[in-house]
Amino acid sequence: MEKRFKVSYFLNFLGVLAVFFLFVLLFENNAFGRSTQYIKGISTTACYTIIMVASLNLVVGCMGEFSLGHAGFVSVGAYASAIVSNGLTGKGLPDIALFLVALLAGGIAAGLTGVLVGIPALRLRGDYLAIVTIAFAEIIRVLFCNLSITGGGKTMSGIIKLSNFYWSFWIMVVCITVMYMYVRSRFGRTVKAIREDYIAASASGINVTYYKVLTFTVAAFFAGIGGGVYAHYMTAMIPTNFNFMYSAELLSEVIIGGIGSITGSIIGASFLSSLPEMMRQFSQYRMLAYSVVLVLVMIFKPGGIFGAWEFSLIRVYERLTGRKGGWEKSRKKTEGGV
Amino acid sequence: MTGTEGTMPVLRAQNLGIQFGGLKAVDSFNMEIGESELVGLIGPNGAGKTTVFNLITGVYKPTEGSFYLNGQSMNGKKTHQIVEAGIARTFQNIRLFKKMSVIDNVKAAMGAKLSYNLFHAVFRTPSYWKQEEELTKRAEELLQIVHLNGKEDYEAGNLPYGEQRRLEIARALATDMKLLLLDEPAAGMNPTETEELLEIINYIRDEFKISVLLIEHDMSLVMKICERISVLDFGTTIAAGTPEEIANHPKVIEAYLGKDDEEVEEDA
Ligand SMILES: Nc1ncnc2c1ncn2[C@@H]1O[C@H](COP(=O)(O)OP(=O)(O)O)[C@@H](O)[C@H]1O
Ligand SMILES: [Mg+2]
Repeated sequence: MEKRFKVSYFLNFLGVLAVFFLFVLLFENNAFGRSTQYIKGISTTACYTIIMVASLNLVVGCMGEFSLGHAGFVSVGAYASAIVSNGLTGKGLPDIALFLVALLAGGIAAGLTGVLVGIPALRLRGDYLAIVTIAFAEIIRVLFCNLSITGGGKTMSGIIKLSNFYWSFWIMVVCITVMYMYVRSRFGRTVKAIREDYIAASASGINVTYYKVLTFTVAAFFAGIGGGVYAHYMTAMIPTNFNFMYSAELLSEVIIGGIGSITGSIIGASFLSSLPEMMRQFSQYRMLAYSVVLVLVMIFKPGGIFGAWEFSLIRVYERLTGRKGGWEKSRKKTEGGV
Repeated sequence: MTGTEGTMPVLRAQNLGIQFGGLKAVDSFNMEIGESELVGLIGPNGAGKTTVFNLITGVYKPTEGSFYLNGQSMNGKKTHQIVEAGIARTFQNIRLFKKMSVIDNVKAAMGAKLSYNLFHAVFRTPSYWKQEEELTKRAEELLQIVHLNGKEDYEAGNLPYGEQRRLEIARALATDMKLLLLDEPAAGMNPTETEELLEIINYIRDEFKISVLLIEHDMSLVMKICERISVLDFGTTIAAGTPEEIANHPKVIEAYLGKDDEEVEEDA
């Protein structure tokens, strides 16, 4: 069983590597001519959006709670990381180290905010989280509009351009991997049990509030990292960027991709963040298009395009070679044996 | 193991009671359950049996009285702390983690056995693999006990009714309890399934040396397997004793057995 998983991780890593080199090949050879730089930019946008959407999926899919203020955590991460990188510039740190320190700071700031929001909101049963998170994101926005360190309502500009596609890609891969491992471990199992039935979960010895707050914090942490990549890609931002519409966009990308599917979040975030970019001239219709897609998905595929399904290369491999997983085989054996 | 029977009861409930508004759902409930004892709790519908379970598992906070597990006070403890201390239960209206696999239902209740932290989970360290593998093995053993081996990967919500009830028992066993509370485990089962269930309950008692408190509607079943029985009616204990004593108790006959026909019809 362990062996099959390890083979699976290795295959998936090879797959990621292949995708990466495909992009490198395309971009370095100017495959898209004059648009290459532009497409590279869109791909970077896709990378940080994937991080944000996947992190929101931890809350919505894995934990089964609605958060309508994810942009608030993105905002905290974006500003915290920008402040840290501004403060550390010129201290002789290499760019990548500066970037990683700034991102970590953004993630930790957002994670701590997640604890503060999560403890009161997640102790309550019902849909309080949706309301509390909306309020939280609004408070953050107003707060950042009034603090001088965040630009005092004006655009905070001059953030060092540290995000490029290659780094963003690998940061995204690391974030997705960590979240995936979280979901596929005792933590994810516990949180899913709480989602299914919190009374039965506590009667099974699970500290419901603890695991909910923990998961919410992990989600906020990665939203913060996403915000950090965003800030160092945009190099200028204003608190109103992270308004309710931004939270709603992230949430609709989760729902369209598939509630509970990280694969869905990746595909959903990639397409929905890059398509409107490509159709810039129609950008005012962006939310309209989102709504239409959302309604269509709700009608024809209520669980989202991918449902809770996850892509894995080992299954492709096993199907192609006609081999049943060694795992299923060994399971059969233990059954017969006892 | 060392304590002689009777000196330290596994569970002691003292004047336990709860009021919902003006209704005294349970009033002055007293009970002692010794090591490896199988005690029955019976009474007509709405008598307060499930409420007793909810009190003992911390779902409701008692408005009066207190209860102890192995002499340790459980008052004011949260449900998960009480489970950790050693009380596990099943539910009258089945509460499984429906969308999860059968084996994950059991594993989810085994959190206390796992000590690996986030770091181990993310980097899939040897300690992660070792603990998860032991967990899987243990969960498979428990499923074997309730005759659900071979169904590990089924979605729990898709199991037939009787199997769902047995899975609930396996999940309760997974918490490593000293006292198992079963809330009408045979409800909705046919005679064959009930027979199988009784075998499982007896096996569990012998194998794990645990005490069982059983709520059951079916009088004949309770009479057959319980060593002692308490009878609730309108929240008060109207009788307690051996099956023979209960069967001949005038108050029980009046409150419970007298209405038996009516009850059966209601349930059908
Ligand atoms: N949460 C609650 N709020 C109000 N009344 C309750 C609550 N839980 C149980 N009751 C009442 O307590 C009484 C006992 O219910 P219960 O313990 O479920 O009976 P049973 O013996 O059939 O298991 C019933 O009258 C029920 O309506
Ligand atoms: Mg009941």
